[in-house]
Amino acid sequence: MLSLLAATPALPLDEAGKYVAGAYVVFLALIVVYVAIMAAKLQRIERELRELATFAEARAGADRAAPAPEEVGADV
Amino acid sequence: MYGKGLRPLSIATVAALVVSLSLVFFYAPLDGDQGFIQKIFYLHVPLAIVALVGIVIGGVFAIAHLRSGDSRWDAYSYVSIHMSVIFGVAVLITGSIWAKASWGHWWVWDEPTLVSFLIVFLMYATYYPFRYAIEDRDQQARYASVFAIVAGAFVPLNFMAVRMAQSLVHPRVFATTNGGLPGSMMLTFLASLLAIGLLWVTLVKFELTAKSASGQLKRLRRALDAPAPGGASRVAPEVS
Repeated sequence: MLSLLAATPALPLDEAGKYVAGAYVVFLALIVVYVAIMAAKLQRIERELRELATFAEARAGADRAAPAPEEVGADV
Repeated sequence: MYGKGLRPLSIATVAALVVSLSLVFFYAPLDGDQGFIQKIFYLHVPLAIVALVGIVIGGVFAIAHLRSGDSRWDAYSYVSIHMSVIFGVAVLITGSIWAKASWGHWWVWDEPTLVSFLIVFLMYATYYPFRYAIEDRDQQARYASVFAIVAGAFVPLNFMAVRMAQSLVHPRVFATTNGGLPGSMMLTFLASLLAIGLLWVTLVKFELTAKSASGQLKRLRRALDAPAPGGASRVAPEVS
Protein backbone atom coordinates (compact mmCIF):
# COMPACT_ATOMS: atom_id res chain seq x y z
CA MET A 1 0.00 0.00 0.00
CA LEU A 2 2.88 2.35 0.75
CA SER A 3 4.26 1.76 -2.70
CA LEU A 4 0.81 2.49 -4.09
CA LEU A 5 0.73 5.80 -2.23
CA ALA A 6 4.23 6.65 -3.33
CA ALA A 7 3.31 5.97 -6.92
CA THR A 8 0.32 8.29 -6.82
CA PRO A 9 1.50 11.87 -6.37
CA ALA A 10 -0.84 14.88 -6.11
CA LEU A 11 -3.25 14.97 -9.01
CA PRO A 12 -3.24 17.99 -11.31
CA LEU A 13 -6.06 20.41 -10.53
CA ASP A 14 -8.16 19.59 -13.60
CA GLU A 15 -8.19 15.87 -12.81
CA ALA A 16 -8.58 16.27 -9.05
CA GLY A 17 -11.35 18.82 -9.55
CA LYS A 18 -13.83 16.28 -10.86
CA TYR A 19 -13.30 14.02 -7.83
CA VAL A 20 -13.67 16.90 -5.37
CA ALA A 21 -16.73 18.15 -7.23
CA GLY A 22 -18.11 14.62 -7.27
CA ALA A 23 -17.74 14.23 -3.49
CA TYR A 24 -19.40 17.58 -2.73
CA VAL A 25 -22.17 17.00 -5.31
CA VAL A 26 -22.93 13.59 -3.77
CA PHE A 27 -23.22 15.23 -0.35
CA LEU A 28 -25.47 17.97 -1.74
CA ALA A 29 -27.58 15.42 -3.64
CA LEU A 30 -28.12 13.38 -0.48
CA ILE A 31 -29.28 16.46 1.40
CA VAL A 32 -31.59 17.48 -1.47
CA VAL A 33 -33.08 13.97 -1.70
CA TYR A 34 -33.62 13.92 2.06
CA VAL A 35 -35.29 17.35 2.03
CA ALA A 36 -37.46 16.28 -0.95
CA ILE A 37 -38.62 13.17 0.95
CA MET A 38 -39.39 15.29 4.01
CA ALA A 39 -41.26 17.80 1.84
CA ALA A 40 -43.39 14.97 0.43
CA LYS A 41 -44.12 13.79 3.98
CA LEU A 42 -45.09 17.30 5.06
CA GLN A 43 -47.38 17.64 2.06
CA ARG A 44 -49.11 14.39 3.04
CA ILE A 45 -49.50 15.61 6.63
CA GLU A 46 -50.91 18.91 5.41
CA ARG A 47 -53.38 17.12 3.10
CA GLU A 48 -54.54 14.78 5.87
CA LEU A 49 -54.86 17.69 8.26
CA ARG A 50 -57.02 19.55 5.74
CA GLU A 51 -59.24 16.47 5.33
CA LEU A 52 -59.59 16.11 9.08
CA ALA A 53 -60.37 19.81 9.51
CA THR A 54 -63.09 19.54 6.84
CA PHE A 55 -64.44 16.40 8.52
CA ALA A 56 -64.41 18.03 11.96
CA GLU A 57 -66.18 21.13 10.65
CA ALA A 58 -68.82 19.01 8.93
CA ARG A 59 -69.31 17.00 12.10
CA ALA A 60 -69.57 20.14 14.24
CA GLY A 61 -72.13 21.54 11.78
CA ALA A 62 -74.17 18.33 11.94
CA ASP A 63 -74.04 18.40 15.76
CA ARG A 64 -75.38 21.95 15.80
CA ALA A 65 -78.19 21.02 13.40
CA ALA A 66 -79.23 17.92 15.42
CA PRO A 67 -81.23 18.35 18.70
CA ALA A 68 -79.12 18.40 21.85
CA PRO A 69 -79.18 15.17 23.96
CA GLU A 70 -80.89 16.94 26.90
CA GLU A 71 -83.72 18.06 24.63
CA VAL A 72 -84.17 14.49 23.31
CA GLY A 73 -84.23 13.18 26.90
CA ALA A 74 -86.85 15.78 27.88
CA ASP A 75 -89.11 14.68 25.03
CA VAL A 76 -88.99 11.06 26.21
CA MET B 1 -42.81 20.95 20.63
CA TYR B 2 -39.86 19.59 18.63
CA GLY B 3 -40.06 22.40 16.11
CA LYS B 4 -39.13 25.04 18.68
CA GLY B 5 -35.96 26.85 17.61
CA LEU B 6 -35.83 25.09 14.25
CA ARG B 7 -35.83 28.31 12.25
CA PRO B 8 -32.78 29.98 13.92
CA LEU B 9 -31.02 26.62 13.94
CA SER B 10 -31.60 26.21 10.20
CA ILE B 11 -30.28 29.73 9.53
CA ALA B 12 -27.21 29.05 11.69
CA THR B 13 -26.61 25.78 9.82
CA VAL B 14 -26.79 27.40 6.39
CA ALA B 15 -24.47 30.21 7.56
CA ALA B 16 -22.01 27.70 9.03
CA LEU B 17 -22.03 25.64 5.83
CA VAL B 18 -21.40 28.71 3.69
CA VAL B 19 -18.54 29.83 5.96
CA SER B 20 -16.97 26.37 6.04
CA LEU B 21 -17.19 25.91 2.26
CA SER B 22 -15.66 29.35 1.78
CA LEU B 23 -12.80 28.40 4.10
CA VAL B 24 -12.32 25.07 2.33
CA PHE B 25 -12.04 26.54 -1.16
CA PHE B 26 -10.66 30.05 -0.56
CA TYR B 27 -8.68 29.94 2.68
CA ALA B 28 -7.22 26.51 3.41
CA PRO B 29 -3.92 25.95 1.60
CA LEU B 30 -3.41 23.12 -0.85
CA ASP B 31 -1.98 20.02 0.76
CA GLY B 32 1.65 19.45 -0.21
CA ASP B 33 1.18 15.72 -0.67
CA GLN B 34 -2.34 15.29 -2.03
CA GLY B 35 -2.96 18.67 -3.60
CA PHE B 36 -6.51 19.72 -4.44
CA ILE B 37 -7.96 16.27 -3.80
CA GLN B 38 -7.35 16.79 -0.07
CA LYS B 39 -10.36 19.16 -0.07
CA ILE B 40 -12.52 16.04 0.27
CA PHE B 41 -11.02 15.63 3.75
CA TYR B 42 -13.02 18.66 5.00
CA LEU B 43 -16.23 16.91 4.03
CA HIS B 44 -15.48 13.23 4.53
CA VAL B 45 -13.88 13.33 8.00
CA PRO B 46 -16.46 15.64 9.69
CA LEU B 47 -19.23 13.50 8.19
CA ALA B 48 -17.61 10.36 9.62
CA ILE B 49 -17.07 11.93 13.06
CA VAL B 50 -20.62 13.30 13.23
CA ALA B 51 -22.11 9.99 12.04
CA LEU B 52 -20.21 7.99 14.66
CA VAL B 53 -20.92 10.48 17.46
CA GLY B 54 -24.58 10.48 16.39
CA ILE B 55 -24.67 6.71 16.76
CA VAL B 56 -23.23 6.97 20.28
CA ILE B 57 -25.76 9.72 21.09
CA GLY B 58 -28.50 7.36 19.87
CA GLY B 59 -27.20 4.80 22.37
CA VAL B 60 -27.25 7.39 25.19
CA PHE B 61 -30.88 8.26 24.34
CA ALA B 62 -31.66 4.53 24.35
CA ILE B 63 -30.26 4.27 27.90
CA ALA B 64 -32.53 7.16 28.93
CA HIS B 65 -35.47 5.33 27.33
CA LEU B 66 -34.79 2.08 29.16
CA ARG B 67 -34.33 3.93 32.46
CA SER B 68 -37.44 6.10 32.19
CA GLY B 69 -39.73 4.17 29.85
CA ASP B 70 -40.53 7.48 28.18
CA SER B 71 -41.18 6.89 24.46
CA ARG B 72 -39.78 10.33 23.59
CA TRP B 73 -36.26 9.06 24.30
CA ASP B 74 -36.90 6.16 21.94
CA ALA B 75 -37.91 8.66 19.25
CA TYR B 76 -34.70 10.65 19.89
CA SER B 77 -32.65 7.46 19.69
CA TYR B 78 -34.33 6.28 16.49
CA VAL B 79 -33.98 9.62 14.72
CA SER B 80 -30.32 10.02 15.84
CA ILE B 81 -29.47 6.61 14.42
CA HIS B 82 -31.52 7.23 11.28
CA MET B 83 -29.70 10.47 10.56
CA SER B 84 -26.31 8.90 11.32
CA VAL B 85 -27.01 6.10 8.83
CA ILE B 86 -27.80 8.72 6.16
CA PHE B 87 -24.56 10.50 7.03
CA GLY B 88 -22.86 7.10 6.91
CA VAL B 89 -23.94 6.67 3.28
CA ALA B 90 -22.32 10.03 2.52
CA VAL B 91 -19.15 8.96 4.37
CA LEU B 92 -18.85 5.75 2.35
CA ILE B 93 -19.44 7.47 -1.00
CA THR B 94 -17.13 10.45 -0.36
CA GLY B 95 -14.52 8.08 1.08
CA SER B 96 -14.68 5.90 -2.02
CA ILE B 97 -14.26 8.93 -4.28
CA TRP B 98 -11.26 10.06 -2.23
CA ALA B 99 -9.78 6.56 -2.29
CA LYS B 100 -10.16 6.35 -6.07
CA ALA B 101 -8.47 9.72 -6.53
CA SER B 102 -5.67 9.06 -4.01
CA TRP B 103 -5.02 5.35 -4.24
CA GLY B 104 -6.53 4.48 -7.60
CA HIS B 105 -9.08 2.12 -6.06
CA TRP B 106 -12.69 2.71 -5.02
CA TRP B 107 -12.24 0.43 -2.00
CA VAL B 108 -9.28 -1.09 -0.17
CA TRP B 109 -10.17 -4.16 1.84
CA ASP B 110 -6.96 -4.31 3.91
CA GLU B 111 -7.46 -0.82 5.35
CA PRO B 112 -8.90 -1.18 8.90
CA THR B 113 -10.51 2.29 9.03
CA LEU B 114 -12.56 1.69 5.90
CA VAL B 115 -13.60 -1.84 6.73
CA SER B 116 -14.45 -1.04 10.35
CA PHE B 117 -16.68 1.85 9.27
CA LEU B 118 -18.38 -0.45 6.77
CA ILE B 119 -18.99 -2.99 9.55
CA VAL B 120 -20.56 -0.30 11.77
CA PHE B 121 -22.67 0.94 8.86
CA LEU B 122 -23.90 -2.54 7.93
CA MET B 123 -24.64 -3.27 11.59
CA TYR B 124 -26.87 -0.19 11.75
CA ALA B 125 -28.44 -1.07 8.40
CA THR B 126 -29.94 -4.07 10.24
CA TYR B 127 -31.48 -1.72 12.84
CA TYR B 128 -34.50 -0.97 10.63
CA PRO B 129 -35.60 -4.55 9.78
CA PHE B 130 -34.84 -5.55 13.37
CA ARG B 131 -36.97 -2.74 14.76
CA TYR B 132 -39.90 -3.06 12.39
CA ALA B 133 -40.01 -6.86 12.60
CA ILE B 134 -41.53 -6.38 16.07
CA GLU B 135 -45.20 -5.40 15.99
CA ASP B 136 -45.80 -4.48 19.62
CA ARG B 137 -44.75 -0.83 19.99
CA ASP B 138 -43.42 -1.07 23.55
CA GLN B 139 -41.48 -4.23 22.83
CA GLN B 140 -40.16 -2.71 19.61
CA ALA B 141 -38.91 0.36 21.47
CA ARG B 142 -37.27 -1.74 24.23
CA TYR B 143 -35.51 -4.13 21.86
CA ALA B 144 -34.40 -1.25 19.61
CA SER B 145 -32.97 0.52 22.68
CA VAL B 146 -31.00 -2.57 23.68
CA PHE B 147 -29.66 -2.79 20.12
CA ALA B 148 -28.75 0.92 20.12
CA ILE B 149 -26.86 0.59 23.43
CA VAL B 150 -24.91 -2.56 22.50
CA ALA B 151 -24.11 -1.35 18.99
CA GLY B 152 -23.36 2.16 20.26
CA ALA B 153 -20.81 0.76 22.72
CA PHE B 154 -19.19 -1.06 19.82
CA VAL B 155 -18.35 2.23 18.07
CA PRO B 156 -15.71 3.59 20.52
CA LEU B 157 -14.29 0.07 20.99
CA ASN B 158 -14.04 -0.25 17.25
CA PHE B 159 -12.36 3.16 17.01
CA MET B 160 -9.75 2.18 19.61
CA ALA B 161 -9.10 -1.14 17.89
CA VAL B 162 -8.50 0.62 14.59
CA ARG B 163 -6.13 3.13 16.23
CA MET B 164 -4.18 0.27 17.77
CA ALA B 165 -3.97 -1.48 14.39
CA GLN B 166 -1.62 1.36 13.31
CA SER B 167 -2.37 1.29 9.63
CA LEU B 168 0.09 3.17 7.48
CA VAL B 169 -2.27 3.84 4.61
CA HIS B 170 -5.11 5.86 6.12
CA PRO B 171 -3.83 9.32 7.06
CA ARG B 172 -3.57 10.12 10.77
CA VAL B 173 -4.06 13.85 10.54
CA PHE B 174 -4.56 14.42 14.26
CA ALA B 175 -1.40 12.60 15.31
CA THR B 176 0.78 14.37 17.82
CA THR B 177 3.92 13.03 16.20
CA ASN B 178 5.14 13.47 12.62
CA GLY B 179 3.32 16.76 12.35
CA GLY B 180 -0.40 17.32 12.30
CA LEU B 181 -2.67 19.77 10.58
CA PRO B 182 -1.30 23.29 10.17
CA GLY B 183 -3.32 26.06 11.86
CA SER B 184 -5.25 27.20 8.78
CA MET B 185 -6.20 23.65 7.87
CA MET B 186 -7.21 22.90 11.45
CA LEU B 187 -9.39 26.02 11.56
CA THR B 188 -11.08 25.01 8.29
CA PHE B 189 -11.55 21.49 9.56
CA LEU B 190 -13.13 22.69 12.83
CA ALA B 191 -15.45 25.04 10.91
CA SER B 192 -16.49 22.12 8.69
CA LEU B 193 -17.01 19.90 11.73
CA LEU B 194 -19.20 22.56 13.35
CA ALA B 195 -21.22 23.02 10.13
CA ILE B 196 -21.77 19.29 9.64
CA GLY B 197 -22.60 18.90 13.34
CA LEU B 198 -25.17 21.70 13.10
CA LEU B 199 -26.60 20.10 9.96
CA TRP B 200 -27.02 16.82 11.84
CA VAL B 201 -28.78 18.54 14.77
CA THR B 202 -31.04 20.52 12.41
CA LEU B 203 -32.03 17.46 10.40
CA VAL B 204 -32.66 15.48 13.60
CA LYS B 205 -34.95 18.24 14.87
CA PHE B 206 -36.61 18.47 11.47
CA GLU B 207 -37.27 14.72 11.43
CA LEU B 208 -38.53 14.74 15.03
CA THR B 209 -40.91 17.61 14.22
CA ALA B 210 -42.29 15.76 11.19
CA LYS B 211 -42.66 12.55 13.21
CA SER B 212 -44.39 14.42 16.01
CA ALA B 213 -46.80 16.08 13.56
CA SER B 214 -47.55 12.72 11.98
CA GLY B 215 -48.19 11.19 15.42
CA GLN B 216 -50.49 14.05 16.43
CA LEU B 217 -52.36 13.61 13.18
CA LYS B 218 -52.91 9.92 13.89
CA ARG B 219 -54.22 10.80 17.35
CA LEU B 220 -56.57 13.33 15.84
CA ARG B 221 -57.86 10.84 13.28
CA ARG B 222 -58.44 8.22 15.98
CA ALA B 223 -60.28 10.76 18.13
CA LEU B 224 -62.45 11.86 15.20
CA ASP B 225 -63.14 8.30 14.12
CA ALA B 226 -64.31 7.39 17.63
CA PRO B 227 -68.00 8.04 18.31
CA ALA B 228 -68.08 11.20 20.42
CA PRO B 229 -70.26 11.15 23.56
CA GLY B 230 -73.41 13.20 23.03
CA GLY B 231 -72.57 13.60 19.36
CA ALA B 232 -70.16 16.45 20.09
CA SER B 233 -66.77 16.57 18.36
CA ARG B 234 -64.11 16.08 21.02
CA VAL B 235 -61.23 17.28 18.96
CA ALA B 236 -62.74 20.31 17.28
CA PRO B 237 -61.37 22.76 19.89
CA GLU B 238 -57.84 21.34 19.47
CA VAL B 239 -58.00 21.74 15.70
CA SER B 240 -59.06 25.36 15.91
